[in-house]
Amino acid sequence: MKEEHKLITIILKSGLITWLLLLAVWSFGAMFYTDDFLPGPFVTLKGMAGLISDGTLEKDIMFSLIRVLKGWILGLLFAVPAGLCVGYFKPAGYVLEPFLNFFRFIPAIGFITLFLLWFGVGESSKVSLIFYAVIFPVMVNTIAGVKSVDYSLIEAAQSMGAGRSKVFFTVIVPSAVPNIFTGVRLGLSGAIICIVAAEMLAASEGIGYLIYTSRLYYRTDWIFTGIFTLGIIGLLADKLLRLLGKRFLYRFGVR
Amino acid sequence: MYLEMKHISKSFGNFKVSDDVSFGIERGKLVALLGPSGSGKTTILRILAGLEHQDEGDIYIGGKLMNGVSVKDRGIGFVFQNYALFPYLTVHDNIAYGMKLRKKSKHEIQSKVSELLELVGLPGLGSRFPAQLSGGQRQRVAFARALATEPQVLLLDEPFAAIDAKVRKELRHWLKDMIEQVGITSVFVTHDQEEAVEVADELIITNEGCVEQVGTPIDIYKNPQTSFVAQFIGESVILDDYAYEKLRGFQRQEGAPSAAIRPEFVKVIAAGQEPEFPSIYMNGVIRHKEFRGRYTELTVQIGDIELKAEQQIDEGNVKKGDAVKVMVSRLFAFDSKQTYNLVNLGLKNENIYYI
Repeated sequence: MKEEHKLITIILKSGLITWLLLLAVWSFGAMFYTDDFLPGPFVTLKGMAGLISDGTLEKDIMFSLIRVLKGWILGLLFAVPAGLCVGYFKPAGYVLEPFLNFFRFIPAIGFITLFLLWFGVGESSKVSLIFYAVIFPVMVNTIAGVKSVDYSLIEAAQSMGAGRSKVFFTVIVPSAVPNIFTGVRLGLSGAIICIVAAEMLAASEGIGYLIYTSRLYYRTDWIFTGIFTLGIIGLLADKLLRLLGKRFLYRFGVR
Repeated sequence: MYLEMKHISKSFGNFKVSDDVSFGIERGKLVALLGPSGSGKTTILRILAGLEHQDEGDIYIGGKLMNGVSVKDRGIGFVFQNYALFPYLTVHDNIAYGMKLRKKSKHEIQSKVSELLELVGLPGLGSRFPAQLSGGQRQRVAFARALATEPQVLLLDEPFAAIDAKVRKELRHWLKDMIEQVGITSVFVTHDQEEAVEVADELIITNEGCVEQVGTPIDIYKNPQTSFVAQFIGESVILDDYAYEKLRGFQRQEGAPSAAIRPEFVKVIAAGQEPEFPSIYMNGVIRHKEFRGRYTELTVQIGDIELKAEQQIDEGNVKKGDAVKVMVSRLFAFDSKQTYNLVNLGLKNENIYYI
């Protein structure tokens, strides 16, 4: 009896039930419609196999991933230091915070046309767009991290002889790590969302392109394939990020 | 005086948290700032540390004026109430923090950290993180860290507040021993009388931003100089409107209508017993009896006055409702400014007679 209970708990916790339920509802729903309107799991899998065998899906994934990584890393390189400065140095805050509070409410997608106009249809417009999408969640969270530092830690450092810059590097930065890490994760999901939109409008490869062009061929199964790929990439990327965080940032309080 | 505060005042907005605070501390002494919460004791400590700055007045440490000197250059060690250990650094790195800032050599840091860990009784725990330590261990680490930079003065803010009662007692003795061993001038803040009396060489009693009295625990206990101290120290019963003159052996002290009577000033014996000075005993009734562990607290009524008394476990056994004989040996009569130490006249006369 006990053993069975344990097994049930494990299954419940794994989220397997959710997935099975989703699959069941999907299959059931698909029975009432044509494959062009709502392809079932099996049809989608077949379409996916086709895309994999001719290399399209792999190529599209690679293109999207590289764009996401470029924009995301560039965004982090800018936003983390900027957020730390805005949070800690008051004058930097006075200058940058109004800018931040204005632009962070404008979604990246709103800028797609402008960025295409300014940066051309090549890679740089897409990377800049992701950069834009990444910096706000990262900065906002980094600033929150700086502002939530336990003040007694700062005083402790001062009492042992730390000046302003030492306090910044030995107390503020390490204490803000968990919040920064949250920002980094949010930034990644923002980047993935944004790249799809950009690739739909102007690209000749990538997951967004795949989803958008499939409609021309009436391949609803390919659209489903693209959507699932996105979900899986996001899930795996976040999982990997969290694992890395746990492995290397545990001492800073990243769990 | 090694450490001196002269006429220190500080306000937060309209609220005066320190009001003309002056006191001096001799080198090597362990001093407690004792007062109720909100009395401004922590502010005094923080001003001393340079974590707050006074509006008026001067601070001297080792003869040097410290007024404009920031906390990082003041040469103090500070132990925070919540210890404020860096959670992302190991115990070793926490202790080494101040020495690294001073660019000490690796070797020197290594040997000093081991020495300090040995001193605080945590050898071998250097690679742990603070979260892996118990409250008492964290406090020891905070203490070691504060000493690592070899400060001139050690300041401790409610050092035992976050530790459970059992360990607290142990740590008090430990801290007293440690500070004596190191020989560093130390000031700690507490609201716990027992703790202050047990640990400190000297007490500074604070109330409403002012220093009420400075002295050794015994001195303050025996001769409270202000009405606040008379009421605050010990678990006194307060009588108003000259009610104390109804007690046998006491006369009205003009200008001092209130009196503080501590339980240890009140002697209770069973009605049948014959006391040594029968003339100063009054008849009373036991109203309450509460067992407190080491002793029993009695509430005894004499006429319309209720007093508290302590009875040791081996000192007879009166019960609730019993008629008893009661004697008050002394009391502190006070008005808002001054305190008078009144001794029972019957005892006084007898004393003279015997001497």
